[in-house]
Amino acid sequence: MSVESSRSEQYPLRRREVVGRLLADRGDALVVAGLGAPAWDVTAAGDDPLNFPLWGAMGGAVSMGLGLALAQPRRRVIVITGDGEMLMGLGSLATVAACQPSNLAIVVLDNERYGETGMQHTHTAGDTDLVAIAGAAGISRVHRVLTGEHLNDACVHLVQDTGPMFFGVKVRAEALPLVLPPKDGAWLKDRFRLALLGESSVNG
Amino acid sequence: MNEPASWQQDIFDVLMDHDMRMVAYVPDAGHIGLIDACQSDPDVTTVPLTTEEEGIALLSGAWLGGARGALLMQSSGAGNCMNMLSLAKVCRFPLLMLITMRGQWGEFNPWQVPMGQTTAEMLKLAGVITFGVDDGGDVRDTVGAAARMSVHGNAATAVLISQRLLGAKTFGN
Repeated sequence: MSVESSRSEQYPLRRREVVGRLLADRGDALVVAGLGAPAWDVTAAGDDPLNFPLWGAMGGAVSMGLGLALAQPRRRVIVITGDGEMLMGLGSLATVAACQPSNLAIVVLDNERYGETGMQHTHTAGDTDLVAIAGAAGISRVHRVLTGEHLNDACVHLVQDTGPMFFGVKVRAEALPLVLPPKDGAWLKDRFRLALLGESSVNG
Repeated sequence: MNEPASWQQDIFDVLMDHDMRMVAYVPDAGHIGLIDACQSDPDVTTVPLTTEEEGIALLSGAWLGGARGALLMQSSGAGNCMNMLSLAKVCRFPLLMLITMRGQWGEFNPWQVPMGQTTAEMLKLAGVITFGVDDGGDVRDTVGAAARMSVHGNAATAVLISQRLLGAKTFGN
């Protein structure tokens, strides 16, 4: 594969700042975070009962967000995941397009690396373009986020636009301190349903 | 529209009785009447998948949001679900998989046989409670039992619908 080996080490956007900005005005949005660094980034922005951070299920983050968006059509759902996780579930972008959920936004933090396994290159370090793939899959509102100015625009689109939306955010390849969310899946599930649906949803 | 066979109508009725109104699928000929019945009902959300494992994550997300559903596939798709089933197991998400069997009874296509012969064991290894059904008259009760154990018991369940019931494809052979 053709690779610009150090390209992403120079990208200006930093993942923790990007996620902090995108979630600063989340309101009552529901958030699904893909495994690895995106889950740590979302947690660094503030653990929340209405976050569902994945610790596994690689390739499933967008599908999970889609199911949540279809079940809760009046709530905004934001999926925040990484390029490696997205690459494992590319078909789910076509499934999103088949459903066209107006309340779903997908944010891919693309550092062109598998960050948890030794920073090996993903396919996006070569010629693979996730924004183009999302558009070709049938998601019409796609945004390429490369600069601070693009990020400002993305924050506005995220709140104001009708989905489905896809943001491909090129972020710097960097190893950051871990900020780990709770990891018991059943507890995370009940915490989420309790906050969203109330007491009867977990004691019914 | 393909009119559902009586056992397919039974499945549809069980899904509605349990308020399982999100139906995700990779199509199989054995599910054709059920899929058509779901698509014809405005209160049912049907989601076509590109691969079966998407359905595990989709229905988990739906459950987070308070919606119930079921996942339809053929046996060859069950193998695609293996890692994603960890989501159901670790988080104790309810799951109802309705699997029409190939490679099990009078199969003419040898490529269907490996998954047809291992689907039940594979699902059990992944922690899924599996039910088999050979007779159309048993479908309603069996799917009902699996549906209850999933939505009321936070269990991952699968009903394997025998090729004997479906009739083996022959392509003229």
